[in-house]
Amino acid sequence: MSFKEFNKALKKNKLLGLKCGDCGAINVPPKMVCSECTGTNLEITELSGKGSVKTFTTNYVAAEGRECEAPYIIVMVELDEGPWIMGNLIDIAPNKVDMDLIGKRVVMGVKVFPGDKYSAGDMARPLFSFEA
Amino acid sequence: MKKVAVIGVAQTNFTAAQDKTEVELFAEAALEAMAKSNIKPRDIQALFVGNVLGDFSEGQGMVQAFAAENIGCFNVPANRYEGACASASMAVRDAFMWVASGFYDIVLAGGVERAATMGTPLATRTFAMFSDSRYEFPSGITFPGVFAMLAHLYASHYNVPLKKLKEQMAQVSVQSYKYGMHNPKAQMRKEVTIEDVLNSFMVSTPIQLHDCCPFSDGGSALILASEDAAKKLTDKPVYITGVGQASAGPLSSQKKYLPRIYSREVSSKLAYKMAGRTPDDIDVCELHDCFSIASIIAVESLGFFEFGTSGEAWMKGEAAIGGKVAINPSGGLKAKGHPIGATGGGQVYEIVNQLRGEVEPERLVEGAKIGMTDTLGGDGGTLVNIILERGW
Repeated sequence: MSFKEFNKALKKNKLLGLKCGDCGAINVPPKMVCSECTGTNLEITELSGKGSVKTFTTNYVAAEGRECEAPYIIVMVELDEGPWIMGNLIDIAPNKVDMDLIGKRVVMGVKVFPGDKYSAGDMARPLFSFEA
Repeated sequence: MKKVAVIGVAQTNFTAAQDKTEVELFAEAALEAMAKSNIKPRDIQALFVGNVLGDFSEGQGMVQAFAAENIGCFNVPANRYEGACASASMAVRDAFMWVASGFYDIVLAGGVERAATMGTPLATRTFAMFSDSRYEFPSGITFPGVFAMLAHLYASHYNVPLKKLKEQMAQVSVQSYKYGMHNPKAQMRKEVTIEDVLNSFMVSTPIQLHDCCPFSDGGSALILASEDAAKKLTDKPVYITGVGQASAGPLSSQKKYLPRIYSREVSSKLAYKMAGRTPDDIDVCELHDCFSIASIIAVESLGFFEFGTSGEAWMKGEAAIGGKVAINPSGGLKAKGHPIGATGGGQVYEIVNQLRGEVEPERLVEGAKIGMTDTLGGDGGTLVNIILERGW
């Protein structure tokens, strides 16, 4: 699966991964080989987009061109299928998050970063909210 | 394999934005290193230069070739190394291997950067290029953001209350500032208290301004020589006895080990094995403290302290001069500064001077015989360790 396919699906709120036919591991984002066993027998599979927060930060200093986004919350989420993925969290004010966030259940939505002068085009990014 | 010595070292002042070009900064360090090694430009057979963002900071790519010509090393092979903040360490490691192989007798390795010159917004953008650009940068990840997430993960993984961890992180910075005060080449020359750190501007929770190293401009240069050549040029050779390097993918792909940086464990084991040493043998270590939490994470992967306990080591002075292992007596990246392409060379510069006993008395690790450097690029993407030992 190419970045283009992954990105296109993500824009439609579909999180695609690769299931390894040899060891059963789920790989997200796409790789040329399975990150567990290096097998190449990989099949595209749609993931739930659900998981729990492993860690987070509220970022107050953004990169050039993205200053107006700050402050924003970045999270690393462990998906129910196993892989970790980086995204943003909405549903809570950035200055209100604390360690209690770790372990909270979240569900994926999506937002598109349009790219900047150093990016090769736009990129969809996971945008998590709390699971109802 | 031949024995390889570092025979002369130099470093410019690490500074906030300044007016010298990268070629000029590198040349300043290179000419001083040559003078200290009793050699001329014609003696240098190859040049290995770490440089990361010269293209962005002053529109100059291929700085290594221009630097070679500028310092009179005409027409020698000149290589540029890019491994984010570990670039100069990669250059030193490769220079070591070329001399160890017998292919060259004398080479110049080092690095240069003008990170401060870019200003914070552009520097923040370009440093973020060393995270995954397609799958992680869209979330707005920055360098402080990476270590901020590792700090929260560290607290939850090892069950250290965040308030306590924050105080330990602050103590890491306090120690670095204390040593930096006595380093004339350091960028930050002031003392801070734990309260100062905890009251500083919030960058990326829980990392505050004084938890972060500065963006810096600077250059570093070392002369490496085969044992035979070294014996003719210096009576204080410092031998490189072990080197290690490893790589890793995006931060989320490192999930099995985080907040440990597994590439560091692979790299340091290679260096220890080659040197025939263990962590207990290391007297002094210059490690990659780009953020205070980075030091706490690093010493554990390097084997100096147990996982989850090293914050306490700083509180008890075990990571200070006179403690179990002296960490960053230069002031580290935190106080000395972090001109990313030059950083690894600056770390070797410090260790060589420490082993030779040629640093200010207030920050001298007396009697140190074995030292180590640890340089991390990106979010663990490149990791290099070098072990150096007194050769006289």
